[in-house]
Amino acid sequence: MDGSQAVYNTLKQSKINFVVSLPCVNLDKIMKMVESDEDIIHIPVTREEEGFGICAGAFMAGKKVAILMQNSGLGNSVNALASLFELYKLPILIIMSHRGTEGEFMSAQIPMGNATPKVLDALEIPYFIPETPEEALNLIPKAWNMAETNGTPVGILLSIKFW
Amino acid sequence: MERIDTIKKITDELTNELVVCNIGFPSRELHHLKDSSTHFYMLGSMGLASSIGLGIAMSTKRKVVVFDGDGSILMNLGSLVTIFNQNPDNLILVVLDNECYGSTGSQCSYASTVNLGKIAGAIGFKSNFFFDGDKKELDFNEVLNSCGPVFVHVKVKPGNANVPVIPLEASDIRSRFMDEIKK
Repeated sequence: MDGSQAVYNTLKQSKINFVVSLPCVNLDKIMKMVESDEDIIHIPVTREEEGFGICAGAFMAGKKVAILMQNSGLGNSVNALASLFELYKLPILIIMSHRGTEGEFMSAQIPMGNATPKVLDALEIPYFIPETPEEALNLIPKAWNMAETNGTPVGILLSIKFW
Repeated sequence: MERIDTIKKITDELTNELVVCNIGFPSRELHHLKDSSTHFYMLGSMGLASSIGLGIAMSTKRKVVVFDGDGSILMNLGSLVTIFNQNPDNLILVVLDNECYGSTGSQCSYASTVNLGKIAGAIGFKSNFFFDGDKKELDFNEVLNSCGPVFVHVKVKPGNANVPVIPLEASDIRSRFMDEIKK
């Protein structure tokens, strides 16, 4: 199965109905699927931290929330993840295109690519790294379940070789 | 006008609206004036009050009033662009502008030289109010009857009221607020 289709299917399976996004070339297909889905409110945002704020509000008003983003946006979202999501025990599924991993063609992506798992570790945010679409089908619903049960963000890191 | 008096004047007009209140003294002042399950006191994440309000407004039909500040909206000006594009008719964004970072010692913000209402107008907000205690008295009834999204720019005096810290845990604020929305 195609990686984008697998991720989209798991969003549907998990009943995610509110998605904010910032583009990455690897997320293009999923973003289009989400945009054309009438059961999902899709809000393109100007910056990832803003997207986390919007999802916090949507969750409190009853939505199941996810963000589609490139890992480069994790840096500008650290305070929101700590002083909003951790503080208030709010869940969110963070679907992250992880650039700067094995096979990266752009050297500028490597520093933040290397820092990404360490930033998540510092925030004590659990994350999964599915390597194939089949693994994504298995792991992403588990990740959302964990997020909802524990009231915490959970990350899905989609490395370059996933696509 | 003092900020706490402005918050009081606005909240006196509210009935069933959901309120998102900015970090620091604004939340403390609101809590001191009146505590309610309709209030979400934002204890961290400076800059995100308008975004939290947008997320709520997009997910419920109830009217949402956000108390933001000049320093905090300057941190997240992109939010105005997103709100304008999403166009929620139930969102009212009130910017209490004291031209400074009031909770950290009243250091000046750029709101003294840049007109926040004109920024909102340039983005496209059609319901765009300006109140200045000296020249134009605040009339929040008029705001509540306007079609959203509404941008409300209110000039207030710098300084904080002598009010205590909010004695609620974040998770309790969250649970109470969520139960209120579920009603």
